[in-house]
Amino acid sequence: MADTVFAPWDDPDQKPLIRFRNVTKRFGDFTAIDDLTLDIFEQEFFALLGPSGCGKTTMMRMLAGFENPTEGRIELAGNDIAGVPPNKRAVNMMFQSYALFPHLSIWDNIAFGLRRESSDKAAISARVEEMLKLTRLEKFAKRKPHQISGGQRQRVALARSLAKAPKLLLLDEPLGALDAKLREATQFELMDIQEKTGTTFVIVTHDQEEAMTVASRVAVMDEGRIMQVATPEQIYEAPQSVYVADFIGDVNIIRGSATAVGPDRYQIAWAEGRDPVHAVSTRPFSDGQECHLAIRPEKVSIHAEHPAADNAVQGKVLDIAYLGNLSTYHVELPTGEIIKAQVANTRRISRRAFTWEDPVWISWTETAGVLLDQ
Amino acid sequence: MNRLSPFNVVSLTMGFVFLYVPMLILVIFSFNESKLVTVWAGFSTKWYGELLANDAFLDAAWVTLQVAVISSTIATVLGTMAAYVLVRGGRFFGRTLFSGMIYAPLVMPEVITGLSLLLLFIGIGMDRGVLTIVLAHTTFSMCFVSVVVSSRLMTFDQSLEEAALDLGASPFTAFRLVTLPIIAPAVVSGWLLAFTLSLDDLVIASFTSGPSATTLPMKIWSSVRLGVSPEINALSTILIGLVTIGVICASLASKQAALRAKRDEQQAARAA
Repeated sequence: MADTVFAPWDDPDQKPLIRFRNVTKRFGDFTAIDDLTLDIFEQEFFALLGPSGCGKTTMMRMLAGFENPTEGRIELAGNDIAGVPPNKRAVNMMFQSYALFPHLSIWDNIAFGLRRESSDKAAISARVEEMLKLTRLEKFAKRKPHQISGGQRQRVALARSLAKAPKLLLLDEPLGALDAKLREATQFELMDIQEKTGTTFVIVTHDQEEAMTVASRVAVMDEGRIMQVATPEQIYEAPQSVYVADFIGDVNIIRGSATAVGPDRYQIAWAEGRDPVHAVSTRPFSDGQECHLAIRPEKVSIHAEHPAADNAVQGKVLDIAYLGNLSTYHVELPTGEIIKAQVANTRRISRRAFTWEDPVWISWTETAGVLLDQ
Repeated sequence: MNRLSPFNVVSLTMGFVFLYVPMLILVIFSFNESKLVTVWAGFSTKWYGELLANDAFLDAAWVTLQVAVISSTIATVLGTMAAYVLVRGGRFFGRTLFSGMIYAPLVMPEVITGLSLLLLFIGIGMDRGVLTIVLAHTTFSMCFVSVVVSSRLMTFDQSLEEAALDLGASPFTAFRLVTLPIIAPAVVSGWLLAFTLSLDDLVIASFTSGPSATTLPMKIWSSVRLGVSPEINALSTILIGLVTIGVICASLASKQAALRAKRDEQQAARAA
């Protein structure tokens, strides 16, 4: 069994740790969470991803106990937790601002939660030392929060929230205050700690790269609803809606109408007087149904001559974005649409094959894109 | 670079003269030998000696101190509670009305506060004395405490309290172990403000005191009406001295704290 992939969500026998059942949360007239149902399993690293105001923080605050659902149930390990105050839940939270107690030392900050439930000094001390070691903070135990750096504060916040060995750890934009380099290192550190402790992590973030890096599953949210819950690969490769495709990474969307031309194979009429493009889709479409073909820029290739490919259209280079390792070509089609094609810069920039205004062909395979109905 | 221009020197001098000459004269004449307040007859500390032998003044000072300590302590507890509810209580019915009512006594003329309290005490048949002054002072200084504490609470990061709750503290424990230590400086300055207000209040104390209790401002006021004696100069000099020492200590302490915080932050930045 050692080589099985961690995927409890595909196993019908697994009992979820957290269940949101038709949860709705309203603040006055504003609906923050709209009839939401979701299962999160033990030992998952689950990411709630969405733009600000999509309700992801409200979901987290309901799990922590700072808000109660207006309708529906939230279950933790099978028990309804509505009405259970935050101090009586086996859930801990790491706050966006870290919320370290400024008047207490690092040691006392980490011991704060332990002291609330036990008076066994030796046990508390042992647990604090263990946490300090896990987060490599042994040297700073006696310092106050304002005497350490931002990255260290982040680790103190993590140590403090993990000290009570919660069933569930909530992380509210945990890396938002760190600079890019430190953030990347910390992401791996978080994953490492999550694996070591076996705690279920739910992370809220608006940074899609962060969600993709750390999470076992990602829920993309918009306006209080979940648009899609899937592994990072599925979210990226097989988005279920234009919203998700567009929110995660860069994407070209070609609108048209589908006609079946074989089993799971469709041709898409996308512009008057142009050859239709072809795509493979397991999602069924009726003839003439409106559809959106979503193709990632890195799956579009660019050529000087007409290539022998499933789909090829001609255009001219409108813009080139040079990113160092990659270049993104913005190719304008005669119909006015702009298709982005991404190419790895394997050669020096002076040897670049195409430049502004060059007429080019772009192509992609039948399986490169995803055909979406909404 | 920025030398003082003659105009600045003149205005600075005038300002300070205006502020401090009256006090300076008072201090100088407290060491006057003569009984006449306005005629200098040589240096002496005899009025200080007489002051210490004057039981009426000492009693008044003792009453004032008791009233100030007790009333400012009660006012701090009540004012902090009021501030906490108004800032943290969220939206409840009548919140605007309550906060307006807490702050109204700040702008209410003291004469009216004093008179209304007097009528109340007479109405309920309460004998006027130290207790009634304490109650009166608590009533009006509580609002000041509440203003000071609530302005601190408004800038207080609420997630600190949430973190304490999240880590298993009951709301009261969270307040005791997290909120209170952090807002302590504001609570202390609220207490000091209430203490000072109580110390120098004349109007409200006059309305609410009875024959058994006289505060120092009342005593000074009534003796001045019979003629200024050098004893009062001596007493005032002592008060000025105490206030000066208090202010110097407070500013030194806060300067030290600021320096320490700065040094700590630099160390943290270097360590990172």
